[in-house]
Amino acid sequence: MPEKFDCIVVGAGPAGTACAYELAKAGVNVLLLERGEYPGAKNVMGGVLYRKMMEDIIPEFYKEAPLERPIVEQRFMMMDKESAVTFSYKGLEWGREPYNNFTVLRAKFDQWFAEKAVEQGALLVCETVAVECIVENGRVVGVRTDRPDGDIYADVVVLADGVNSLLAKQLGFHREWRPDEVALATMEILKLDKNVIEDRFNLEANQGCTIEIFGDATKGILGTGFLYTNKDTLSIGVGTLLSGLIKHKIKPYELLEYVKNHPMIRPYIQGSEPVEYLAHLIPEGGYHSIPKVAGNGVLVVGDAAQLVNAIHREGSNMAMTSGRLAAETIIMAKEQKDFSESMLDQYRMKLMESFIGQDLKKYKDATHHFESFPQYFEQYIPMLNRATSQMFTVDGASKWEKQKKIWRDLGSTKQKFKLARDMMKAWKVMK
Amino acid sequence: MLHIVACIKQVPDTKIIKMNPKTNTMDRASAPAILNPYDAHAVEEAVRLKKKYGGIVSVLTMGPPPAVKAIKKCIELGADEGYMISDRAFAGADTLATSYALTKALEKIAKHRPIDLIICGKMTIDGDTGQVGPGIARRLNIPPLTGVNKVVEVNKEKGYAIVHRKLEDGYEVVKSQLPCLFTVEKDINDISFAPLPNMIKAARYQPTIWTADDLEDVDRKQLGLKGSPTIVSKVWAPPKPEGGKILTGTKEEQVNELLSIILEKKELFS
Repeated sequence: MPEKFDCIVVGAGPAGTACAYELAKAGVNVLLLERGEYPGAKNVMGGVLYRKMMEDIIPEFYKEAPLERPIVEQRFMMMDKESAVTFSYKGLEWGREPYNNFTVLRAKFDQWFAEKAVEQGALLVCETVAVECIVENGRVVGVRTDRPDGDIYADVVVLADGVNSLLAKQLGFHREWRPDEVALATMEILKLDKNVIEDRFNLEANQGCTIEIFGDATKGILGTGFLYTNKDTLSIGVGTLLSGLIKHKIKPYELLEYVKNHPMIRPYIQGSEPVEYLAHLIPEGGYHSIPKVAGNGVLVVGDAAQLVNAIHREGSNMAMTSGRLAAETIIMAKEQKDFSESMLDQYRMKLMESFIGQDLKKYKDATHHFESFPQYFEQYIPMLNRATSQMFTVDGASKWEKQKKIWRDLGSTKQKFKLARDMMKAWKVMK
Repeated sequence: MLHIVACIKQVPDTKIIKMNPKTNTMDRASAPAILNPYDAHAVEEAVRLKKKYGGIVSVLTMGPPPAVKAIKKCIELGADEGYMISDRAFAGADTLATSYALTKALEKIAKHRPIDLIICGKMTIDGDTGQVGPGIARRLNIPPLTGVNKVVEVNKEKGYAIVHRKLEDGYEVVKSQLPCLFTVEKDINDISFAPLPNMIKAARYQPTIWTADDLEDVDRKQLGLKGSPTIVSKVWAPPKPEGGKILTGTKEEQVNELLSIILEKKELFS
């Protein structure tokens, strides 16, 4: 007779582990399944971990977790072929407790986080793939794994199986994602001496910097490039909607090579040595793409539920919070011995009331808007670069003349109206 | 009931380990710790024999606390019990001191449940000596059967085992009394894909851990660094081979070029 748990969590990423941690802490008998050799072996992100949502689960985790650097500066580059307009904020308050966010390497961090869940009493089983949910009388009662005697039962199953969530798809919770609902991110970890990193990025020891790159990093395709400082490595990558790559017939690694060789980026990474190459899909469909997240005996969390704020490059925090909210719901359901959809649907309500639902709602049309109107990345960023160059190039022309030149560069009256309209539209989808 | 003990070791994965270029020693932090691959085959064989004849499989290791992970791996493979000896007193042991400490632990296990058969991997991938298995057999005064690549029969009632021992030009069939000790080759079996109940059992499993004080009749002078007469006078990496030539072009061109090179070197045929 196969064993029965209170709960099975499929996937030991931030969402699944957060859920298993909270459940185990509350005394729930939970099995955490991971397909990788260890948690984090198959997980990828650019590398920013947000302090607040992690602390909601483990207070003062930063005192022992394997983190890279607390981020004290965030730069945003609007990049053209040979120039860039950069906006940045650096604040030393981010360099002290309680911190704002950190760079992390997922292979290390996820392993640590899962160990914490095990310490709370969760049972972690790796190298095991959940191939489908076992459904009896219209409710999920367990999962089937790829191992011999691989069926395992539970009152409730949490699907934290990542962006493609085959299990949720099999249940009919979502269809195959469209190419404009997922981004493909490719990245490299580059080894570089600690002191060189600190010199190049104007940092002191135990300070970190993130750079988000818009415009020419993605050759005008909607997406962003990024360059983050770790302890003695840099994380560099590019993420673009799959639809953009298809439309422009560009291979993702070509884009990464392009960024690495870009004259605005090259000096940062010069002399570094690639030690790892990673690639992953990111769910960026936003609010409209959130699938069904609760059913009879089943909940969906993290990437599997499309919980990513692409505009603010937030995802792991939403994953953790969704895992925590799922755990709260399950604890309540367990007390009432009711794991029906109507009970578990409280999770969806909690999700929508939280910052996750609110933020995704705020930007519900943003990605789609910028996807539909490529001029923002293709035309307006180069225009901004030309205007800035014009204004600050001292060549004897008066500042009035310069302003006139910039104004002329914006194009005909019709084009200027279009620009104004586009800016209004952008404001509308972002506000 | 047949009681088989597999002796195992956690080792750094030498396939990917980096060497410290200055000291020529292994940078252990650069590679994950794994169950020594030969030992995995030892455990697999023990489990297969258990399935065939009935009985119990125990595993024994000596190592620092993280080596519990290697024991858990053995439980996944189907072992029933895990024992570990872990103590600073064991640290720095060479093969002589290691076989001594393991023998003392085996004697303690045998008091609780007599041992019929001990199976070790042929060697570890970090030490490559292949001395610990035979060392244990000598100390226990039982026959060591090295290079085993097939177990034909284990007969507890009549007290014998029949195995194939791998030789350079074939194999020999050996019949031995029980108890005895095998060291096994990798080709003895294929590691099975562990069933889920074993994975769950392993995730929960905590082995019995003994310190030097828990073992009986131990001569501390024979433990760890103190009990290790081996002296490593120098460690160096073998020089990288130089020269060589990579042939390019179609297969035919490559073969033609290769032939002409061989024919030029007349001394090969004189």
